[in-house]
This record gives sequence, C-alpha cells and structure tokens, in this order.
Amino acid sequence: MLAKLLFGAAITLAALVALLLVVVVVGGILAGLLAPFLGSVPISYNLRSLRARWTSAIVAVLGIAGTVGVFVAMLSLARGFRATLVASGSADNALVMRAGSTSEMMGGITLDSIRVAQDKPGVARDAAGQPLVTQEVVGIIPIPLISTGTDANVQVRGVSPNVLAIRKFVKIVEGRMFTPGLDEIVVGKNAAKTYQGLTTGQTLNFGGVHWRVVGVFDAGGSSFDSEIWCDARILNEVLKRPANIFQSATIHLTSPAAFREFKDAVTSDPQLNLEVEREVDYYAKQSATMTRLIEILGGLVAAIMAVGAIFGALNTMYSAVAERGREIATMRALGFSSWNVILSFLFEALAISFLGGLIGCVAVLPLNGWTTSTLNFQTFSSIAFAFKITFGLLVMGVFFALVMGVLGGLLPALRAARRPVAVSLREL
Amino acid sequence: MVRVDERGKSGSLIEVRGLDKTYRRGNEEIDVLQGLNLDVDKGDFVAFMGPSGSGKTTLLNLLGGLDVPTRGSVTVAGDEITHMSRGKLTEWRARHVGFIFQMYNLIPVLTAFQNVELPLLLTKLSKAERRKHVETALEIVGVADRMNHFPRQLSGGQEQRVAVARAIIADPTFLLCDEPTGDLDRKSADEVMSLIRRLVEEYGKTVLMVTHDPLVARQAKITLHLEKGVLVEAGERREGVAAGGSS
Repeated sequence: MLAKLLFGAAITLAALVALLLVVVVVGGILAGLLAPFLGSVPISYNLRSLRARWTSAIVAVLGIAGTVGVFVAMLSLARGFRATLVASGSADNALVMRAGSTSEMMGGITLDSIRVAQDKPGVARDAAGQPLVTQEVVGIIPIPLISTGTDANVQVRGVSPNVLAIRKFVKIVEGRMFTPGLDEIVVGKNAAKTYQGLTTGQTLNFGGVHWRVVGVFDAGGSSFDSEIWCDARILNEVLKRPANIFQSATIHLTSPAAFREFKDAVTSDPQLNLEVEREVDYYAKQSATMTRLIEILGGLVAAIMAVGAIFGALNTMYSAVAERGREIATMRALGFSSWNVILSFLFEALAISFLGGLIGCVAVLPLNGWTTSTLNFQTFSSIAFAFKITFGLLVMGVFFALVMGVLGGLLPALRAARRPVAVSLREL
Repeated sequence: MVRVDERGKSGSLIEVRGLDKTYRRGNEEIDVLQGLNLDVDKGDFVAFMGPSGSGKTTLLNLLGGLDVPTRGSVTVAGDEITHMSRGKLTEWRARHVGFIFQMYNLIPVLTAFQNVELPLLLTKLSKAERRKHVETALEIVGVADRMNHFPRQLSGGQEQRVAVARAIIADPTFLLCDEPTGDLDRKSADEVMSLIRRLVEEYGKTVLMVTHDPLVARQAKITLHLEKGVLVEAGERREGVAAGGSS
C-alpha cells in the first residue's frame, strides 16, 4: 500500500513539475508578447510587496489551497470511481441482457437464448472451437468489514469456468481458480483486504453453503476486484433461482470491430429478446449516476469554499491597495497608466492564487491511489475504488485557483487604478 | 523669464492662463486658485511660497497633470494639458514631468537602482541602456555606492537624492518639487538644494518648487507668493529673473 502511494505521489509530483514548467514557459511567452501592450510595473515590485505583507498573503494562499484541495480531491474521487467501473469492461466483449434491462441485476435470460446468440457472427472461439461466453448470475450478500465489523453488501458473481479466457485482464494472484461444480470461491483483491473471512483457505457461509476460499484474483483495479466469483450454476441453486436462467452473458468477440455485426445479428433475430451492449459502455453508464453525484456534491462544496477563498483574496488585496495608496499614486505620477496598475495588482492576486493552487494540489497528492469504497447505486453493492489524481485534474485545480485570483483581485485592482493621484499622494 | 500676469509672451515653456481650482466640501465651495496666470521659461527655477492651504500643492498638481482645473489652461511646450484624456495625460507626465516629493515617495520594496529605473521601464530602452542611464543619474546625485540598498537602508538625504535621480532619469521637460527639504535636517536640506541648483545651472533644468522654508526659497531664481488664489512676486529677483509684467 505504502509503495503504491509513494509511486502515485512520485508520478503526480512529476506531473506537477511538468505543469509548472508549462505554466512558466507559456506564462513567459505570454508575458513577453503582451508586455508592450500591458505595461511594465516590475514583477519584483509585486513579489516583494507580497513578501512584505506575507501574513495576510498567507491567509489568502491557504484559503485558496484548501478550496483547490477539496476541488481536486472530489473530482479525483469521481474520476477514480468512473475509472474503476470503466476498467471493468473490454471493448471486445459484448454484454447480453434481457431487452429493456439497464442493469444486469434486472431480469434474466435463458440458456437457450444465450446459445442462439453465441452462434452469431463475430463471436470468438477457443482452440476447441467452443464460443468464448460466460453466463453469469449476480447476488448480494452481507459480509462484515475488517475495519468496522459492520456488514457491507458484497456482490457475488456466478461465472462460467472459462471466465478468465473472456476477461483476460483478470489474473489469479494467490491460490487457484475455483473448480466447476464445487462450493468454492475466488475473491477479488480488494474484497480480500476489505471484508472479514475472505483470505485463501477460509470458509464463507451464505445460502446455507460453506464456501471455501481457494484463491484471490487481481482484476486490474476494476470493480471486479470488489467481487466474489463462483460457479454460476452452483450460485443459481444456492440463490434458489431457476436452472438455466442467467442474468447476463458476456461474449468475447473476435475483435472490437466485430461488435456492430454481432449486435445487429442478435437484435434482428425475432426469436431473441435481448439487449446487446459493448461491455465497456455498460460499465461507463453504470458509473454515471455516482460520478455525477460526486461531481455535483464536490462542486457544491468547492463552490461554497471558493466564495470564502475569494473573500479572503479580496480582503488581502483591498488591504494591499489601502496600505500602498501612496506607492500606487507615485507610480501613476511617474507615468504608469491605470492599466499598468490594474495588471500589476491582478498579477499579485494571480501569484497568490497560483501559489494556493499549487499548495492545494500538492496537499492532496498523497490521496492519489488511496482506496476507499462506496455503494454502487446500480447494484447496491460495495465497490472499492482509488482516488485518481491526473495531470488534467491538477491543471483544472490550478485554473480554478487562477479564476478565484482574478475574481478576488479585479475589484481591488480597479479601486487602485481609479483613486485620484493627487489625493493619494497626500496619504501618509 | 518668469511672469505672473497675463501679458506674458507667448512661447514660454509653461503658460498658465486664468487658472481656477474650486474644491467642494459638502455644500461649501472653496476657491483655492482664482484666475492664476504664470509664464515660465526653460531653465527657470521658481519657488512658490504661501501659508498652509493657500494652494501651492494644488498648483503643482495642476502643472504636473495630476489634477484638472475648474477653469483655465496649462500649456507646456506647446501642449495644452487641461483637455487631455487621462491616458494621454499619463503619457504626457511620463515624458515631460519629473516629481520630487517631500516624503521622497520611494517604493520601499525596490532598491535605489530599481526606484530610479522605474520611469525608464515606460521607454523602449534596452536593459543595458537603462542600467547605464540609472548609474549615470545615481553618480550625478552622489549615491551610486548605495544603488543596491533599499530605501529603509538609506538616510533621509540619501533617499531624497535617489528621488531626484528618479525625477531626472527620463530627462523630463521640467521638475516639480513639493517641499523637497521638508523632511530633512538642515545639512541634508542644503545638500539636496545644492543638487537641485546644480541641475538648473549645469544641466539647464526647469524647476518649480513649493516650500515653506525661506532659506530654501532663496536658492531659486525667483520666489512667488500665493495669496488669495493668485501669485504675487516677492523679494528681489536673482540672476536670470525678470520683473513680473515687464518684458
């Protein structure tokens, strides 16, 4: 865990340095190009003024840093959740469900339908010429969390024994795969770390059956890592569901391009009443509700904090203008224009916000790769996912900070530029 | 030649005609300047004296384009500044006016060198050319050895010398000095005044100065008193100063 965190921090720090370089280079080019038009109050004046008033500047910096930190953390949460679900799908797998189903939890399909579908064009086959299809059933069982001892909903997925040939990114990393027809389970790596009694060799009781944990699989950070897998036929019996009725089938295609042909063949067959979706699209849709919820809530929290941070920046900049009335008037007397003064104070506000943005980004870096879990509203089961802080998110965070800087600096800058020079020169 | 009536010859460096300035305080109107006339030629050194509140600084602000008159006109080197836009006036100030203030008004976070360099940042001079100009100006005012010091590290006299260097660095048409020695001890005041006199005598600068100190005023070529909003010539003229109203 620590190694992963450190790795994540190193990667994001490298991204941050790259971001800084981009900002410096782009900023330098822009400043060079715009200098003849925008004026020339020396940057050292603003930087040293900030240093001279570091106490009030630091308050504004920390306010913006906190806001950016929350902003980036919330978005990274949403990104992480989405990435986890999207990673569960493959472009060359097709998910087949009953027509009209929006989730594999809803409805069922018969084995006969699956058999008709698996003979359609575009379906990949193994060396023995058998179609690569996994018929699946899903159920929810309560298992106590290791951390709190309270029950959490865990998704149990009944799969076909050849599932690893269809979901090729899933690897057994400990023990072995379950034996078809036996009461054995394999558990995702996150499930093994999160829930009690799921380490290899232990026994799990549910549905009146003592299931033996025979292995742990790594599903590459996808939502399957939070699941328990067993033989679909056994699970059907245990859940007292009709034999030969499954909730979905995942069909491996010869290539991602074969999807259209396969889908057309299935949906145009009058004897089939099935919904066909690319697996990756299905999981992307599954993530939409939760992602939107996190983004809206996160956006709301960040917006409320941003209001506070903007007022902090406003306060800092207004007091800077008040304290430096005579300096500003002197520069105006020397020939610096209102624009020069506005840009100078805006630069100062942007310097504060940029620093705040960077600190905010750096402060949340340790969260990158940190695993947490939440309820998947589509399946009502717990899903573990990691904060995902990307380069794009860091850029958004810094941009958000700069927006706050402009909003917090513009009014004080305008006030500075509009004060009558003759009056300000008399200020002590 | 300095004149304070409206018969002054046309073509003076600074021509002030019928200058009024009225301030409003609540419902009350205060007439500070009333129909003031003034002609100043290139190379003149004029001291303005008068009691507090007589409008000396207001006159300086109007001459420097820092304030606008209620009526009348100010023409400098052929440019009538009273009708210029704010932007034009700012550009005009940068080209034509050098300011020296009582409290020096140096930017505290910039070094002496950077303070003096400020007006040059508005020109197209290269960094190397700016450096050369600043070093020369600091040499002239005698604080070249303090160029990397911040204002807080300088004495009052040194600060005012840096301010003088800043005022002359862009070679302005004239200098406006508002109580340049008002915050200095006598020795420093004498040094600063001898520096200003040198600017007039050796470099041909035109200087208009407000002061309360008769000793300081005596170093100007002519002293004008502001009384009831108009200028009155006081005392005898020194070299190069003509009697008001006569040609």
